[in-house]
Amino acid sequence: MMELFDFIQQLFTDYTSRTIGLGTIVLGIVSGVLGSYAVLRRQSLLGDAIAHAALPGIAITFLILGVKDSLFFLIGAIITGVIGTLWIMGITRFTKIKTDTALGIILTVFFGFGIVLLTLIQQMDNANQAGLEDYLFGQAATLMEEDVFIMASLGGLSLLVVGIFWKELKLLTFDPQYAKTLGFNTRFLDVLITSLIVIAIVLGLQTVGVVLMSAMLLAPAAAARQWTNKMGVMIILAAFFGALAGITGTAISASMANMSTGPTIVMVAVTLVVLSFIFSPIRGLLSRKIRELKSRKTLRKSKTLSVMYQVAINHENYDHPHSFQLLNNFRGFHKSCIRELRNEGYIAVTPDKQWKLTKKGFEEAQNLYVQKNE
Amino acid sequence: MQKPYAIEVNDLTVAYRFKPVLWDIDLKVPEGVLMGIVGPNGAGKTTLIKAILGIVKPVAGSVYIYGKPYHKNRSRVAYVPQRGSVDWDFPTTALDLVLMGSYGRLGWIKRPGKKERQGAHEALEKVGMLDFKDRQISELSGGQQQRVFLARALLEDAQVYFMDEPLQGVDATTEKAIINILKELGKAGKTVVVVHHDLQTVPEYFDWVTFLNVKKIATGPVKEIFHDDNLAKTYGINFQISEATQS
Amino acid sequence: MSAPQIEIQIIAVVVSTACAIPGTFLVLRKMAMISDAISHSILPGIVVGFFITQNISSPILVLFAALTGLLTVLLVESVNKTGLVKEDTAIGLVFPAMFSIGVILISRFAGDVHLDTHAVLVGELAFAPFDRLTVNGNDLGPKSLWVMGSILLLTLILLFAFYKELKLSTFDAQLAASLGFTPVVIHYGLMTMTSITAVGAFDAVGAILVVALMIVPASAAYLITKSLKKMLLLSVGLGITAAVSGYWAAHWVNASIGGSMATMLGIIFFLVFMFAPSTGMISVLMRRRRQKLEFAMLTFLLHLKNHQQKADSIEEQMVEHLTGHFRWSRSKAGKVLQMAEKNDMIRIDNDVVDLTEKGEQFAGEAMHYIITNKNTEPENIWNKFIMFR
Repeated sequence: MMELFDFIQQLFTDYTSRTIGLGTIVLGIVSGVLGSYAVLRRQSLLGDAIAHAALPGIAITFLILGVKDSLFFLIGAIITGVIGTLWIMGITRFTKIKTDTALGIILTVFFGFGIVLLTLIQQMDNANQAGLEDYLFGQAATLMEEDVFIMASLGGLSLLVVGIFWKELKLLTFDPQYAKTLGFNTRFLDVLITSLIVIAIVLGLQTVGVVLMSAMLLAPAAAARQWTNKMGVMIILAAFFGALAGITGTAISASMANMSTGPTIVMVAVTLVVLSFIFSPIRGLLSRKIRELKSRKTLRKSKTLSVMYQVAINHENYDHPHSFQLLNNFRGFHKSCIRELRNEGYIAVTPDKQWKLTKKGFEEAQNLYVQKNE
Repeated sequence: MQKPYAIEVNDLTVAYRFKPVLWDIDLKVPEGVLMGIVGPNGAGKTTLIKAILGIVKPVAGSVYIYGKPYHKNRSRVAYVPQRGSVDWDFPTTALDLVLMGSYGRLGWIKRPGKKERQGAHEALEKVGMLDFKDRQISELSGGQQQRVFLARALLEDAQVYFMDEPLQGVDATTEKAIINILKELGKAGKTVVVVHHDLQTVPEYFDWVTFLNVKKIATGPVKEIFHDDNLAKTYGINFQISEATQS
Repeated sequence: MSAPQIEIQIIAVVVSTACAIPGTFLVLRKMAMISDAISHSILPGIVVGFFITQNISSPILVLFAALTGLLTVLLVESVNKTGLVKEDTAIGLVFPAMFSIGVILISRFAGDVHLDTHAVLVGELAFAPFDRLTVNGNDLGPKSLWVMGSILLLTLILLFAFYKELKLSTFDAQLAASLGFTPVVIHYGLMTMTSITAVGAFDAVGAILVVALMIVPASAAYLITKSLKKMLLLSVGLGITAAVSGYWAAHWVNASIGGSMATMLGIIFFLVFMFAPSTGMISVLMRRRRQKLEFAMLTFLLHLKNHQQKADSIEEQMVEHLTGHFRWSRSKAGKVLQMAEKNDMIRIDNDVVDLTEKGEQFAGEAMHYIITNKNTEPENIWNKFIMFR
């Protein structure tokens, strides 16, 4: 795509593109890092509710101010996000309604209210209102220098806090009860990390939009998890995947007309997840399948060798040749293994197409027999 | 002056939504004792440990460790939770898990350094898991996971240990290894309290036992109080030791 | 009221009724999130179906899109089976991905045709009267009314036909299975109906509002009644109320009808949440405060009964004991003593605190109840002994 390459080129030359590019990279990194905590703490769905609940906050802020102001929009989003969260907690604590249901209620109700406000604003004769609809599905092209500045500062601050409380947050996520016994204030840490996750969500709303931000929070982390078993590495990888999805998605949507950035970024991120699911060497489905096939093959070889052993020991010489036909009557015999067994030196084939056990093969089969009957 | 009890619990009452789970528990455990806590399901054994450690808030009661209120003497206490209380799919290695045991002494923000890593290696060796230090914890067997949990607590170098069903679902070798470590702790003057799931092995493993069923039925040296009468009071009228040892 | 206005309201009523019924079962079966998931995942199905049929209200499209929803549910289940991510993460990825695909398809290929990114979220009921069903030149009314009406009819038929099975498998899945009603069939049947309803309603109310109409009235009803029949009726009633009032509110301020309906649902839910008798937050808070004090008093009385130490009976010392051993604040200790005295459970004579006979009896009965019946609240004992509840 000519326009795609144009965009990437422009990233380095054009000021606006640079700003946008930087913004999406910052977003990706912050989403990746804090999203890892959201995933590990099973707060995935909460992120969705908070993102949707942010919409009325942004709309109300606009109604109050009359102009678009990223910082105040952020604050408005956080406020309604927090109100929504408190209400969710209230519902789960005081009624028999389950968390999932409560999330769904808050999500849809707050969002619906936000839409009402949006349509109200549409009727106002205010030239500034055009940008608000972009908060639904995101539009990275609207990122200004001050927006990126806010994202970078708040995002950077959040990452700094994560770095400072690294071990505490890790402990809290893995074993909060144990953390309590060590004397750590788990309430404080809980509030801290949840707040940081809220900030990460709200920072991404301009780029990815309220409807899809939660997926942007989860996908880089889900992908990263497949490549490592160490939390530190996972978080760094998630940051990288997030940035990659951010910049790639933005580039793709910029080169197409009428395309919101939210859905494209999410699709790139989800693609990364799918690729990780399949191709990761440690957890991936492909390597799982390969390992399965390998072990099945090994099992078949052992069985075949055992069968041959059974035949061989009935003769006074273990290496007396026998016909292959003979083996067909035995269960556990697999013709496909013969070549491998020969290559590995366990059996030999005589010129007149008969098989016999080698010394190596005999000893190996003996070992297997002993092991099996231990 | 009389030496304070290693663990002293007074009038501990815990309720969940106003349904009592533990009632008026009094416990005085002297130093160096290896004590098992037994009782039927739902008797409140895990709740007792959690209430003592402040994980669960009691309706009433107080806990003292060596004469001081528990929350002022945390550094002297180590905890091994139930194995099922964490998600073992969490991305961390055995060594990293054990290292968490040093977090308490490090306090806020400070990171574990060489000294702590050294300690973690030693703790892993003590439980026979040094070879697995870089293994992802989900790849460990139940018994191995339990040992790693124990190593984490050992790293805390505490004087009082609370363990919740550490022998539940582990293989025979691990069970023997853990009991040996506990007995060594006892010999070193540490006090160990274990919620135990298997009545049969109580006389063999523990010096003291506490019978619990919402209320404390009895507590004391196994030789004195581990008999049919207390068993009946805890588990029900027709329960007898002979039944327990036969099954 | 003009004809289109009436038609819009009728459609709104039909849609909310059709959504409230499966929604009730979803809430009871604790599967509310599935409705959110399905409503997101059917979008690409709808778009593709629309491309094929060029007709947003075609029944083929409805079926096709519903299948997409069902398939996505199966997809999530198979992702779960791999164990590579936790269930909530799987849901949080699959459905936004499906939705993104749908949005991308719309933006690229259907930019100006009836579907737009705004409408997919909250629909556009205002247009519904203008899309009419004409047969042989006769105007039979708005298409969405026909589509939604048929879906509602189907829902009602299935509801009446399988009421017993639905009720049983929702409240006692094990019993249902042992009696031979396959809960699996019911489950997937419910999923399918949810999908079909979501698709049918999609045009009128969009993805987010479909979810709201399914789960919010049902949740509010859940807080008010325990009977399935009443809950169904109440959900439908509340849904209709929100739909009609939402319409008029939107009409008044000239805002999105769908969003307005969702807002009304929110207000209704909030009111129920706060003020529902016995289950509303205010009732619960008041009740809990009382229960806490009563329970503390019981603890205190049992303590007296067990220890009976004369030395500690002096009230001041008793307060010391409470704050020391029990670790209660002075005010809490004071309140407990006051309550105990008011109810004639203790006697304070010359600074000496003693259990009365009534107090002993109460303590004894409560203790016995605690040991033997741990799982039920001893409300009758409480009521027997304690006044001013």
